[in-house]
Amino acid sequence: MPTIAAISTPNAVGGISVIRISGEKSIGVAEKIFRSTSGKKISEMQGYTCAHGAVVDGEDTHVDEVILSVFKAPKSYTGEDVVEISCHGGVYITKKILRLIFENGAKPAEAGEFTKRAFLNGKLSLTQAEAVIDLISAGGKSELKYAIALKDGAIFRRIDKIKRRIISVLGDLAAWADFPEDDIPEVDPENLLETLKGIYESLVETNKTYDYGRIIREGINTVISGKPNVGKSTLMNCLSGFERSIVTDVAGTTRDIIEETVQLGEIKLRLSDTAGIRKTDDIVEGIGVNLAFKRIDEADLVLALFDNSSEITDEDLKLIEKLSNRKSIAVINKIDEKSALDRNLINENFKYIVEISAKNNEGIEGLINAVNEMFLHEDIEAEKGIIANERQKNCITKAEELVLDSINALEQGELLDAITIILDEAAAYLLELTGERVSETVLNEVFSRFCIGK
Amino acid sequence: MSFEMGKYDIIIIGGGHAGVEAGLVAARLGCKTVMFTISLDQIANLPCNPSIGGTAKGHLVREIDALGGEMGRASDASVIQSRMLNKGKGPAVHSLRIQADRVKYHNYMKRVCELQENLDIKQAEITEVIVEDGEVRGVVTSLGGIYYANAVIISTGTYLRSTIHIGEASYDSGPDAALPAKGLDESLKKHGIELRRFKTGTPCRAHRRSIDFSVLQEQCGDEEIFPLSFETDKSTIKNLVSCYIAYTNEETHRIIKENLHRSPMYSGRIDGIGPRYCPSIEDKVVRFADKDRHQVFVEPMGIDTDECYLQGLSTSLPEDIQLKFLRTIKGFENIEIMRPAYAIEYECCNPTQLRSTLEFRQIKGLFGAGQFNGSSGYEEAAAQGLVAGINAVSRVFGREMLILDRASSYIGTLIDDLVIKGCQDPYRMMTSRSEYRLILRQDNADQRLIPTGYRIGLVSAERYNRLKSKMKEIDEEIKRVSKLNIAPSIKLNDFLIEKGTSPLSTGCKLADLIRRPQLDYSTIAPFDVERKLLSDDISEQVNLQIKYDGYIKKQLEHINQMRKFESKLLPEDLDYTQIRGLRLEAMEKLNKLKPENIGQASRISGVSPADISILVVWLEQKGRQNVS
Repeated sequence: MPTIAAISTPNAVGGISVIRISGEKSIGVAEKIFRSTSGKKISEMQGYTCAHGAVVDGEDTHVDEVILSVFKAPKSYTGEDVVEISCHGGVYITKKILRLIFENGAKPAEAGEFTKRAFLNGKLSLTQAEAVIDLISAGGKSELKYAIALKDGAIFRRIDKIKRRIISVLGDLAAWADFPEDDIPEVDPENLLETLKGIYESLVETNKTYDYGRIIREGINTVISGKPNVGKSTLMNCLSGFERSIVTDVAGTTRDIIEETVQLGEIKLRLSDTAGIRKTDDIVEGIGVNLAFKRIDEADLVLALFDNSSEITDEDLKLIEKLSNRKSIAVINKIDEKSALDRNLINENFKYIVEISAKNNEGIEGLINAVNEMFLHEDIEAEKGIIANERQKNCITKAEELVLDSINALEQGELLDAITIILDEAAAYLLELTGERVSETVLNEVFSRFCIGK
Repeated sequence: MSFEMGKYDIIIIGGGHAGVEAGLVAARLGCKTVMFTISLDQIANLPCNPSIGGTAKGHLVREIDALGGEMGRASDASVIQSRMLNKGKGPAVHSLRIQADRVKYHNYMKRVCELQENLDIKQAEITEVIVEDGEVRGVVTSLGGIYYANAVIISTGTYLRSTIHIGEASYDSGPDAALPAKGLDESLKKHGIELRRFKTGTPCRAHRRSIDFSVLQEQCGDEEIFPLSFETDKSTIKNLVSCYIAYTNEETHRIIKENLHRSPMYSGRIDGIGPRYCPSIEDKVVRFADKDRHQVFVEPMGIDTDECYLQGLSTSLPEDIQLKFLRTIKGFENIEIMRPAYAIEYECCNPTQLRSTLEFRQIKGLFGAGQFNGSSGYEEAAAQGLVAGINAVSRVFGREMLILDRASSYIGTLIDDLVIKGCQDPYRMMTSRSEYRLILRQDNADQRLIPTGYRIGLVSAERYNRLKSKMKEIDEEIKRVSKLNIAPSIKLNDFLIEKGTSPLSTGCKLADLIRRPQLDYSTIAPFDVERKLLSDDISEQVNLQIKYDGYIKKQLEHINQMRKFESKLLPEDLDYTQIRGLRLEAMEKLNKLKPENIGQASRISGVSPADISILVVWLEQKGRQNVS
């Protein structure tokens, strides 16, 4: 049975989220994304033990600090090898970790699948069977409902279009292979390569909208950062005052960070107040900086505040360095005061720079425009549709990988029978979203498009 | 008035390609067998095109051969032209196709049947199947003769209540002026078997001397010939004839379009559903109106005849229009028709009533095979005949039935498709129907299926041992080239550059070089000095297995997963409406199709992954209840 994974805590902002991986390869999958503090490997851990460490992505970049627990078959909930990762509650971070797990070989768990496996492996008693069935059935129904709802959506139409392009290519290949004596245009590897590259680009682009979709739904996790007294809370108040409707107030979460969700134009920001950091700041400054930097790591967007009235400080430099390769906007505050700031350094390091006076509520429009510009018009067009859940994301990612494989195989000069096998699988992932099957779909394509037969 | 005429283990109704394979297998496995045919002169007839094999069909013939069937040998005995199709598109789609001498093929098969111990062949029309208590007991002939048996195989081809249409004319007839089978369909319906009406068509036969071949394009056979049977010595096969290609034109199309009202297909007199991959010329002209020409292949029907088959021109237009449009074709200006083209409608069963063994679910001992099961094609029919024959024997002796799964063969894929998905039009095998086609190649059918044929008792120990030693040789050679280190040298690097691939800077294994698309096992031979002389066949296998190693491994992983599902058996009498949690659509489909295992259930459209999960949990629940 394939190794599966899912978030097993409610999908909301909470103290801690738990991601569960179950199956033969769960330890191997976790190993690829986890670096323990002690340096010990997961495969060396005993069952029922945990380790402190970090989840890292493909470039070995730190994603989150986590506690990882290992349960070895058969002594686990499902009866298989299970790894549970407890991470820091935020929806974004949790999903990012889940996605890394999928990228490293696990599949999204079906509704009720952990419980189903627990039952199949004798972990649950016979009397619990009906409960298991109800769980699967309810999950299946809601998934179906969701899938039907999705059919009307822009993303569905978008995937459908890509799917049809792959099916069309497979139709060409099938007709050409199965009806060699009929009057069918030859499949030219050069053209095929071009078509596949086009399909690949569309998949990559669609995949990108996934992050964007998450941002639209959940808001952009935004941190206002800068040295003490630069005007962080004034800006926060400014933005709160500007926005027309405060959606929610989430106060007093476990990490004691106050978040406000603010709708700015088409974009929703989840602003983090740095009040907590400042308080700590007074006691031990170093800890404050570390905490602030940790928040930056988790953020989708950083508003980096600089003081127009003072020269660049070491703290400013550290912030600039920290923000390289991150989505950030340089916000120069206090423009109502006499300028002492070296603008060159800012100009060199930021693509987006806005000037404001938080105190006088000036220039806030410009900041909002910059945010909208950054998230709505860069790379992605909003209307093209958004991938709505992790399953779709996973299917698209798999299809993307396979189409890339087929491109590579073709470029290396592999024969077309091998190429079709790879493309069959890519198409299967996209068809999975609509419950269709490759073979019939391709044959229908062949018969509708080509004049074949003796 | 009826009277008892005999007792057999197995009765076969029909002596076409399915019937012949079924009869031979049953007799060879020791069952007292009788094969009935409406005309002894129609045994293994090729009423449509005089060719065997082709894409995916060539695979089927080789699989039949590996399992101990007759079709491959009969083809090799009657070849008049041989070609390997799809060269250059990859070994998975290489397909052997031969032109057969139609009379020779029939004679060969009839003779093999006559010589077969335990097999009686009788000319008779069966009008009734006797069923008692859900079990088949025998058959009754139109003359009143009763024959008893423990198993009956129906392989009526296109003969069951068949009607021929040519333009406005129609009459009850089987192909090639044979009598149609009337009565049996009523008997089957009475026993609860659901029948349906399919249609197929065949082009006309024309006289060789009336065709001007000098203006047609010639198509010769291959220089290198591969037999269809693994047992045939290739030196015994020669190309004896050429085929020719002609083209229809705008004038041909105009005549067809103007006379559509005289085609029974278009006037609505034919209800039968025709095959999508084999459209009539009127279909082609109407549906693909933008094409200004269509190909016509002129294929000789044999060596001792001047009849030529005009592939591509099947039609049900009237005879006068046939002649008129034919004569517009370049080279056919003076053509003389010997047998006009016709459409034929026939009764066949809905194959979802069958198990994977080809036995009817509701009638023990009754099997279906060939076109009666909704397929089309000689090869598809023979493949099913073989499997039905083997399983009828199992039924008689109470042995384990043979189920070939999708990963084992095209035969298994064909049967699985038929019994689980059913068919909306006559089913033809195609390579794109197999998800495991990189493994199910025509070149390795012997390796895939001879062990099964041997286990059943259809393949001799001698042939089986030959296969084992062949596989050992392949295996050893693969191991050798996988271990053999090749050092870079100027000579080698010059060779690599010349072949368009990158030179070596450090040593590598020979297998790594073979894996490069620009190279193969034989081209690299000069740099493999220790190589033993191996047969072409073995070299080919070594080459393919190394080249496709990555893909083969990946397909094997899929196969292992599939087989796990396939091994979870579902009870046949299961009432799915009693299983909580299944969606309504799934319940209905499952109740109708009664899949034999979870794997089959998962291939039914309308059964979702959640439904499958519920079935798996249900099976576990039931299993535990039975233990406690």
